[in-house]
Amino acid sequence: MGFKNYCFKKSLWVFHFGGASCNNCDIEILDCLTPRHDLERFGILLVGSIRHADVLLVNGSINTRDKERLLEIYNQAPKPILVVAIGACGCTGGIFAEGITFAGPVDKIIPVNAYIPGCPPKPEAIIAGIVKLVNKS
Amino acid sequence: MAVNLFYFLVFPGLLFAATIGAFLSWFDRKISARVQFRKGPPLLQPFYDFFKLLLVKETILPKHGSPLIFLLAPVLSVFGATAAGVFILLPLFNITTGFRGDLLVIFYLLTIPSFSYIIGSLASGNPLAAVGGSREMKLILSYELTFLLFIAGIIMKCGQEFNLYNIIQTQQDGSPFIGSISGVLLFIVGIFCIQAKLALVPFDMAEAEAEITEGIFIEYSGAAYALIKLAKYIMLFILPAFLVALLMNGFKLEGINILWAVLKVLVVVLILTLIRNTNPRIKIKQAVNFFLIWMNLLAVIALILIAFGY
Repeated sequence: MGFKNYCFKKSLWVFHFGGASCNNCDIEILDCLTPRHDLERFGILLVGSIRHADVLLVNGSINTRDKERLLEIYNQAPKPILVVAIGACGCTGGIFAEGITFAGPVDKIIPVNAYIPGCPPKPEAIIAGIVKLVNKS
Repeated sequence: MAVNLFYFLVFPGLLFAATIGAFLSWFDRKISARVQFRKGPPLLQPFYDFFKLLLVKETILPKHGSPLIFLLAPVLSVFGATAAGVFILLPLFNITTGFRGDLLVIFYLLTIPSFSYIIGSLASGNPLAAVGGSREMKLILSYELTFLLFIAGIIMKCGQEFNLYNIIQTQQDGSPFIGSISGVLLFIVGIFCIQAKLALVPFDMAEAEAEITEGIFIEYSGAAYALIKLAKYIMLFILPAFLVALLMNGFKLEGINILWAVLKVLVVVLILTLIRNTNPRIKIKQAVNFFLIWMNLLAVIALILIAFGY
């Protein structure tokens, strides 16, 4: 188990699911992959297909239309998969928590492994969250 | 029998080619990172990726598709890459067997990985994979003629010699082919053919990440995707080694010459990486034009120069 777990921790490939987001979190996530922060030195890559993903990043408030799509994406992912909720909307619902189309924060729909709060979280906060996630698993 | 299995599975076949290819893949990623002022992944990153996919992840079979062919395609691609690798590397390391390195056999074996990717993508039943498969087919149609002209140029330059072993010997006795005008033209043609065969960036429309989300590999996960990665690592080593054997006088395996052999492969991979980092992805129509008109023109000019003895 040790060797498998070590390889898994060293090569996390990230798939990015944006709900009804205001795009601030998306920009901060992209910031993590730019030369200044460069997450590839930890083996983290952004992939285009959920079949290749190890981490599912969810940001933005999840409304009733996003809910089915998020569930479908989660069911199509090869296990084991880690789910990370990013931003105030992903963690709790933020200012949309009382809206009529709001379908609940991410952890009411799928199990969440790590929360990174902030509106939007800084890239440093996202990296700190990823480090905690890696040390936990 | 046991010796042949050793050649195929350990040295210079599957294990050796895959290990060197994984290091070259790290080199490629590290150079890309340095070009973009990033730090880049650690040395063992390709191994972590491979073992994670092979051992940890689940393999999902698509619902609408043919599971048997879908799973057989990665195995076939690894087999084709390894077979081509053995036939290229045996003459290159100067190991004498019954086979003396026929260029046409190598030419056919080198197309097997691309064909098996197409078969696998069409068997997955995904529309984006079908788009990727059709793009890969058009790409093969465009570069294959150029690659054949490139090999024909080498054969003419060596005096109608189909034998990889004799081609390397001719260069080591005389001078490397790249030292002449026609050799330089053939080197340019060969570099672009290898770029297209490896599906690196100007010609990666079949697995375009941004538009069709990995295209031909979209449905692969887990161990099947690990085998595809393995085939890609092997191809990343054997194609530059093939170019070194054909134009840059092969490997000599004594003393300081080992360093030269390593440097030659690294320089070819460096050129591929720099092309990949300084170009955008082109459309499939532009790729067909590029190969069918410009690269073929260059190859034909090289053939005429060779006929006149330059």
